[in-house]
Amino acid sequence: MSNEPLWTVFINACLINNFVLAYFLGLCPFLGVSGKLATAGRMGLAVMFVMLVSSLCALGLNAALIAIGAEYLRLIAFIAVIASTVQLVEMFIKKVSPALFAALGIFLPLITTNCAILGLALFQTNKGYGLAQCTVYALGAGAGFTLALVLMAGLRERLELSDVSDVVKGAALTLFLAGLLSVSFMGFAGLGG
Amino acid sequence: MPTARDRSPTDEFVKGLWKENPVFVQVLGMCPALAVSNTALNALSMGLATLFVLLMSNIVVSSLRRFIPRQVRIASYILIIATFVTIVDYLIQAISLDLHKALGAFISLIVVNCLILGRAEAFASKNTIGRSILDALGMGMGFVFALFCLGAVREVFGAGSFFGLRLFPDGFQAWVIMILPSGGFFTLAAWLLLFSWLKNRKAARAAAAAQPAGGLR
Repeated sequence: MSNEPLWTVFINACLINNFVLAYFLGLCPFLGVSGKLATAGRMGLAVMFVMLVSSLCALGLNAALIAIGAEYLRLIAFIAVIASTVQLVEMFIKKVSPALFAALGIFLPLITTNCAILGLALFQTNKGYGLAQCTVYALGAGAGFTLALVLMAGLRERLELSDVSDVVKGAALTLFLAGLLSVSFMGFAGLGG
Repeated sequence: MPTARDRSPTDEFVKGLWKENPVFVQVLGMCPALAVSNTALNALSMGLATLFVLLMSNIVVSSLRRFIPRQVRIASYILIIATFVTIVDYLIQAISLDLHKALGAFISLIVVNCLILGRAEAFASKNTIGRSILDALGMGMGFVFALFCLGAVREVFGAGSFFGLRLFPDGFQAWVIMILPSGGFFTLAAWLLLFSWLKNRKAARAAAAAQPAGGLR
């Protein structure tokens, strides 16, 4: 059991080891949904919710699997939990806000294959976090993901207005931007210790 | 896009290597591509592990394609993929503990590589076993090739070595940024740039050839 203070866990997950910019997790939605600022923010919140629920489920499941001595089933159990949580969120958003559902499109079911969520479940198991730490870790990772997504969407909205050569347009330009963001996030290193 | 029926088996294999290269053209499966490509060796082993999982899952999905109901297909594919990833995880641990440590959680994360689920859904669930094997081999090799390109560039500039062999004399100042996460983004962006430049040039040449001789310009 690790005894890291909670605020370090949060700062670590959100800024220093930002899931998108330092671990390269969750790049598909990062490149796919970051076209519009409003959609990006909501997508970030949806991912954050899925992260929180699946992180807590993964914590319980891991304890259960260790109790019956079946750790080799961990990966399969985690992915099943994540898939059902995403299904739940999908039904919820469809009911509450059909417009948002349409805007997110294919990227909503694809949260299942968002590496950031499975990555979160695996990292917290490796680090041996307890209940409180897991909750904070999931919130921090979700906040970091939302932050990166919103920053990127803002940059891309401004770029729409500028004159860019045809060759650079598209994924290459977005990746250069991501690289610059990643450099600036390195400035947070040493903040949480 | 031509349907699978029109393609010869060779085309099925070759398309993944270059024309539909998963990383450089389709921009899929980038999380592992960037995360573990800081040295050529890591990149190559990650690519081979993915190739194995892709091949096995394509075979199983293709042979079960008549028995899996449409409504639960994604969940079934994920379970099949997760099984093979668990096998690979234990295999790598048995073969080389150092490599297992270097790749870390990213071996488990092969499960959520969009490339594998994408091929299961788009190809293996609709085609015969033979074609699925060819498709998996082509796409997998394309992925290995792309990872190797990334890893080689990052290791040469970032550490001044290639597969651990020193390339430059002692005075060489390594570009540390290439080993850091941001270097991954920059290297991939540069490769994508090269590919889109090649594509643009080809299109321009085709357009020029289509014009009658002695035309404008």
